[in-house]
Amino acid sequence: MSEGHSTYTPKTGIERWFDARMPLPRLVHDSFVAYPVPRNLNYMWTFGGILSLMLAAQILTGIVLAMHYTSDTNLAFDSVEKIMRDVNSGWLLRYLHSNGASFFFVAVYIHIFRGLFYGSYKAPRELLWILGCIIYLLMMATGFMGYVLPWGQMSFWGATVITGFFSAIPLVGNWIQELLLGGFAVDNPTLNRFFALHYLLPFMIAGVVVLHIWALHVVGQSNPTGIEVKSKTDTVAFTPYATIKDAFGMIVFLFVFAYFVFYLPNFLGHPDNYTVANPLKTPAHIVPEWYFLPFYAILRAITFNIGPINSKLGGVLCMFGAIAMLFLVPWLDTSKVRSAVYRPWYKLFFWLFVADAILLGWLGSQPAEGSYVFMAQMATLFYFAFFLVVMPVLGLIETPRRLPNSITEAVLEKKKGSGHPARATAAPEITG
Amino acid sequence: MSATDIHDPNRRDFLYVATGMAAVVGAGAVAWPFIDQMRPDASTLALASVEVDVSSLQPGSSLVVKWRGKPVVVRNRTEKEMKDGAAVNLADLKDPIARNANLPSDAPATDANRTTPGKEAWMVMVQVCTHLGCIPLGQEGDFGGWFCPCHGSQYDTAGRIRKGPAPENMAIPVFKFISDTKILIG
Repeated sequence: MSEGHSTYTPKTGIERWFDARMPLPRLVHDSFVAYPVPRNLNYMWTFGGILSLMLAAQILTGIVLAMHYTSDTNLAFDSVEKIMRDVNSGWLLRYLHSNGASFFFVAVYIHIFRGLFYGSYKAPRELLWILGCIIYLLMMATGFMGYVLPWGQMSFWGATVITGFFSAIPLVGNWIQELLLGGFAVDNPTLNRFFALHYLLPFMIAGVVVLHIWALHVVGQSNPTGIEVKSKTDTVAFTPYATIKDAFGMIVFLFVFAYFVFYLPNFLGHPDNYTVANPLKTPAHIVPEWYFLPFYAILRAITFNIGPINSKLGGVLCMFGAIAMLFLVPWLDTSKVRSAVYRPWYKLFFWLFVADAILLGWLGSQPAEGSYVFMAQMATLFYFAFFLVVMPVLGLIETPRRLPNSITEAVLEKKKGSGHPARATAAPEITG
Repeated sequence: MSATDIHDPNRRDFLYVATGMAAVVGAGAVAWPFIDQMRPDASTLALASVEVDVSSLQPGSSLVVKWRGKPVVVRNRTEKEMKDGAAVNLADLKDPIARNANLPSDAPATDANRTTPGKEAWMVMVQVCTHLGCIPLGQEGDFGGWFCPCHGSQYDTAGRIRKGPAPENMAIPVFKFISDTKILIG
């Protein structure tokens, strides 16, 4: 945390030389070695590190794939097949990149739900949360544009549908859509600019990640109790404690990732994307990548006009509104207690919300007909009610459980409760 | 001048404002080409017309041609399709406007206004769903017209939106019969 003075002492001549000119070693030491983290962080807190790793991996595999890819509508599909068949290790690099995108989203969704469960967005971490939401938006834009590049049927029709959102904007919608596409339909100009932007955006993500970590290091990590760090005994040093825990989390995560890359490389993709794009034929059942499905279900749930807003604009507004909710969370939640551990009712609604998000995802993958439409409408209603009704109201009427006085007390209580030998000698540690 | 003399605009204030304005205008002028280059280019805008030979189309069959990068369907409708289209009560329509580029922009969406006089069997229509741009499948759905597989919009036999999220009837492009068997689109 920021209040701690730097404990870095340069030991060698080279370190002293650097420290007087550009204290980068000091910054690294203060941020990743001596930096104090709450002693009770659980494995949910390893996903920030996992996400950094995935971003680096995506940039690395992406750069080498770009050396073999051609962004021309006549050549793009074949160049991807060439990567798969002819380029040395090309199949591996492509599967790492395409599955890497999916696992990037797996990690980010766990990271976001972690924040929602433990109230990590509450003051003073609002800006930290909002920077995270911006990263998430940039990730969605990057993922969407990347999926267009192989120029398969789902690439083409996904691009058509998503750029179609902008045509819903009154008056200027068509102008904006033509500006994005560079034509009247998705075509060569679209593919070229998407490739350029797909290459650019990850570096913008990296930039916002730096801001995200900066904001984190000013306010410090939250923790499962949601109680702020009060004394030195509440924390441990980032290295070795968090470093090793993060490393172990990464290894387990990469095991699962590797299983998909080597044994189920196309499980998360769609077979229609191995058919070259055809502007005259829409696939019978068009779906976006799995990580967009809940929002896709919300988009399709609005089949009726709402006053002057027609169903198309209404669907687009609800879909973007669903993401906008995340930005407002710090002000929608009125509870004074951060962590759901001490909020029995919020905990219940949180898990209902998780179930609702998964249900929406499943509905997004089903055809938009019959009872699916009604279910999607109900699930959409609950999605918005969670943010706009449950969060503000529950904070006012819920009686939270008794909070421990400090992180240290919570840790010791837990140890006693779980039958481990209580560290009675921990008392001297509590010096304030 | 003195720094406290804020109520008396002088030559220096004028220069500050003028310089600032010039910078804003300059920045806008430099930014515009960067936005402008994204718009459809000259080759895309070159609006081609297509001539379609429809002599092979028996009642109940359709063909699709590509026009401005989008599919245009030409359908020779059956007696039943025409009757179904004409029987629709205008009050039941989600979009009451004909959306026919050959007619005034407020023409009502009657079956006749969706076709061309004397050729009521023929539907010539941009086969792009007005929701998010998918290609609807012909002769499917509850109304025997078009069904969009993406988000479930259903159109009747005159291409009018009847159910689902699409807001408008499918667009009818500028076209004319140049002979009994030839249509000029665009």
